[in-house]
Amino acid sequence: MATGVSILPAQQLAALNDAYRKAVARKRLKTMMAGAVFFGALVVAGIGAEVNLRTLFTYFGNFVSYFDRILTLDSGQRVWTDVGEWFWGWQKWLKLLAETILISYVGTLIGAVFAFALNFFTAQNTSPGPWLRFIVRRLLEFARTVPGIVFALVFVIAFGLGPMAGVLAIAVHSTGALGKLFSEIVENADMKPVEGIRSTGASWLSCMRFAVLPQVSAGYASYALLRFEINVREASVMGFVGAGGIGQELVVAIRKFYYSDVSAILVTIIVTVFVIDITTGWLRAKLFGKEARA
Amino acid sequence: MSQLPKPDPQALRAKYPDVFERPASARLATPLMLLAAFAVLAFGLFDLGFSPSRLVSGLRELGWITLMMIPPDPGSSLPTYLSALGETLSIALLGTTLAACMALPVSLLAARNIIPSAIFRFPVRRFLDSIRGVDTLIWALVWINVVGLGPFAGVLAIAVSDFGAFGKLFSEAIEAADKKQVEGIRASGGSTLHEIRFGLLPQVLPVIAGQVLYYIESNTRSATIIGIVGAGGIGLQLAEQIRVLEWQKVSFLILMILIAVAVIDWISTKLRFAIIGQRAVA
Repeated sequence: MATGVSILPAQQLAALNDAYRKAVARKRLKTMMAGAVFFGALVVAGIGAEVNLRTLFTYFGNFVSYFDRILTLDSGQRVWTDVGEWFWGWQKWLKLLAETILISYVGTLIGAVFAFALNFFTAQNTSPGPWLRFIVRRLLEFARTVPGIVFALVFVIAFGLGPMAGVLAIAVHSTGALGKLFSEIVENADMKPVEGIRSTGASWLSCMRFAVLPQVSAGYASYALLRFEINVREASVMGFVGAGGIGQELVVAIRKFYYSDVSAILVTIIVTVFVIDITTGWLRAKLFGKEARA
Repeated sequence: MSQLPKPDPQALRAKYPDVFERPASARLATPLMLLAAFAVLAFGLFDLGFSPSRLVSGLRELGWITLMMIPPDPGSSLPTYLSALGETLSIALLGTTLAACMALPVSLLAARNIIPSAIFRFPVRRFLDSIRGVDTLIWALVWINVVGLGPFAGVLAIAVSDFGAFGKLFSEAIEAADKKQVEGIRASGGSTLHEIRFGLLPQVLPVIAGQVLYYIESNTRSATIIGIVGAGGIGLQLAEQIRVLEWQKVSFLILMILIAVAVIDWISTKLRFAIIGQRAVA
């Protein structure tokens, strides 16, 4: 044990040990108090959220058997024994899936265009005036904080049921999220080229176009791709409130207990999300590679 | 002032050919890509049923709705809304904590420096990925089928969907940890569990605590929306008021959510700095 390597006299060692224990005890007390506060908050939250462990234990079997049921066909066989029967509605689902991807694509692109138009106003180093900056910032914050599906709920009433409401909801939410990220990229940009261009007598617009944009465009594209990936997930649930895409079909299947349909649609969504994840990841790696080279 | 000699364009051209005469593929790549992107956009707008007349009438309607939202007014249901907000915050806190507790052991299995065998790591990672591929709202619907309507389903939905995210984030934090401290423990004769407890966790825990705090914040947002499908919280009230077109109440609820999110944001930023500061001292 450690006593074998002790080189200090016992008295000195005891004093050091004492000091060490005291220091550790103070830290421990702090940690324990923080832990107690956190635990208290958990208990209060548990009462607030009507947590009932008995319900969980009684029905947890249901959760497991739910997956058993969604993986069973009507004939009582496992779904993978008869893929044709499992994916019986694949034509309809693929069409809805394409619609979902299109919704997120169009929404992301519109959002990116708006964020692009607004972000130079909000970045500290390029904004033409503090008032404009303040107003645009608050607007973007609002668009970002209100969840996309809440916008969808309102837009469904204003624009009618259908994918248009979903696209606009995703576009508004993406404008907020991308506007912030874009302006952060601009704030990190090198300002020397801007000074160089301004010294030639160029306008604000030319400064942005020829000095800032070349530095930031790869970052923009990368964040837009990331947002697209997130939006595909978001678009898959837009149908829950009637805003188009595959969500409508899924919510009907879940509510009406069409078990094998639920798993088929979930598998379709998960595979799509995987493929898009991998593709955008590859594209982003390429973009960043390009930026590093330039 | 002395006059600079006039640059000779011809000489410059000869000196820097790759600036003046870029190959067509390099010059046309960006415009072509943008053109393709916007062509798909145009197709999408057409295919999804966008039309100027629908847009204009929808915007007019939206303008009306906005006018009717002013001023925000809860009517007589302020106590209901406050308790719903409390419910939402509870859902976020409990769901995130539960997810973190479940994800910690699993993330160890998904980290390269703990489980070197790819055959074992791969299924764990794919499992976490598939959980993440399913949106929180879908999990909420599934849990409602299991434990019934109410906030408890919301807690479980957030716990499951964050379990996937945390598993990935934690395992990345573990992989980024410094190997030297683990080797030090091993050199003094510690077992694998000792290595994890004394070599790895002290490095990883502050990072994890920061991520958990960030997720509590972002889950406050998620918890507001899972109410839309019936899993409790303020989203339930919001969806109801939108459906019955009580716009003043809707705007009040949205304001409440915005303020709550801002407050949680502020608290968690303070706490995060406190934890990171502690780490710098320790």
